[in-house]
Amino acid sequence: MSNTIHDMGGMHGFGPVEPEPDEPVFHEPWEGRVMAMQRAMGYTQLWTIDGGRASMEVLPPVAYLAASYYQRWFLGLEKRVTAHGLVGADEIKAGKSLRPGRRLNRKLTAADVPNTTRRGNFERPAPAPAKFKTGDKVQTRNINPTTHTRLPRYARGKLGTVEAVRGCHVYPDTAALGDHEHAEWLYTVVFTGRELWGEEADPSITVSIEAFEPYLGAA
Amino acid sequence: MTADDHHVHDHGSELSDMQLRVRALETILTEKGYIDPAALDAIVEACETQIGPHNGARVVARAWVDPDFKRRLLEDATKAANSLGHVSPVGAHLIALENTPELHNLVVCTLCSCYPWEVLGLPPVWYKSAPYRSRAVIDPKGVLADFGLKLPEQTKVRIWDSTAETRFLVLPMRPEGSAELSEEQLAELVTRDSMVGTGLPKSPADAKRGASR
Repeated sequence: MSNTIHDMGGMHGFGPVEPEPDEPVFHEPWEGRVMAMQRAMGYTQLWTIDGGRASMEVLPPVAYLAASYYQRWFLGLEKRVTAHGLVGADEIKAGKSLRPGRRLNRKLTAADVPNTTRRGNFERPAPAPAKFKTGDKVQTRNINPTTHTRLPRYARGKLGTVEAVRGCHVYPDTAALGDHEHAEWLYTVVFTGRELWGEEADPSITVSIEAFEPYLGAA
Repeated sequence: MTADDHHVHDHGSELSDMQLRVRALETILTEKGYIDPAALDAIVEACETQIGPHNGARVVARAWVDPDFKRRLLEDATKAANSLGHVSPVGAHLIALENTPELHNLVVCTLCSCYPWEVLGLPPVWYKSAPYRSRAVIDPKGVLADFGLKLPEQTKVRIWDSTAETRFLVLPMRPEGSAELSEEQLAELVTRDSMVGTGLPKSPADAKRGASR
């Protein structure tokens, strides 16, 4: 969803950042299993990375904040496999399979793993020329969809400058709804700290987002 | 560990609720034929041994010693990183951000945890935490102070919010006093945090003393 707790940029009150010296890759073995299950289920191509994100964003705010990172992944994964009818709620409750599984397109094997450590390519052929070019002044739209978006709240309705054109990429807002291929132009748009945070803001900071074309209008 | 090794009922009282729930889901997905526990083992092993900031450090060290490589890195970091045979393969849209005396780059993902894991490994907990995600875009200097980093007055700070499938790797400045070092020794100076923007590379003196992070 859009205006949910995951959209944290600019919020106050979470306290200092606390780096952990010599942090292990996983703090508990189950964290590695969750990460790997997420990867293996992603390989089936039943949903995209955006569908995965969307399923965590709909967690109730209190649950989202109370959960550790991999707990959120786990809760999102549980939600997704049941929502897609791959696993029944009764099976989650029972802790075991109660009926045969569905036939899926692909199943990740150990032999495939070395080829899946590389991220996918989200660039797609452009259906139309880019509307904006480097140096253009743009205004981000003030949108508040109840579905997934990657335009953070702090950067809505703001004046910025196109700094780079990144190509035409799968559009997260529609990918999360099931259209896995629809693509839009992607830009790096930079804002001054004062545009985002007001007159009191530190004048020496600038912030950029990666903005899809539907997020932008000419300024 | 595979699903077959799980003896949940033997010592259930010692297992946390999360361990039990994760094992149960792995069992269900395995029994239904959706996942292969051996593939899960291989993924965990790759994350613990192969992918990590040592890959990014090699890219940075090469850029410090080879101006042509640096030019290619800033042009197309995916292509440049993949041209180094010893670095694990990097997916599309990696973008290198050059730090200079005038400009310091800082990378965040305010919406989730997007991170260039092929060159830096899985993100640390702080990168995925609410304090970092909320403050990096509004109070970057306060965040840097949490890491013990104070930049010179004249240095501007640019924050890159990773809101799409592009990924960012900070190219830190080469430390003073490192002119005599080999590319391999230079790579030892490049910390993970220096490639996210929350730290600087170690100085050659720090490296000798075995400073971490």
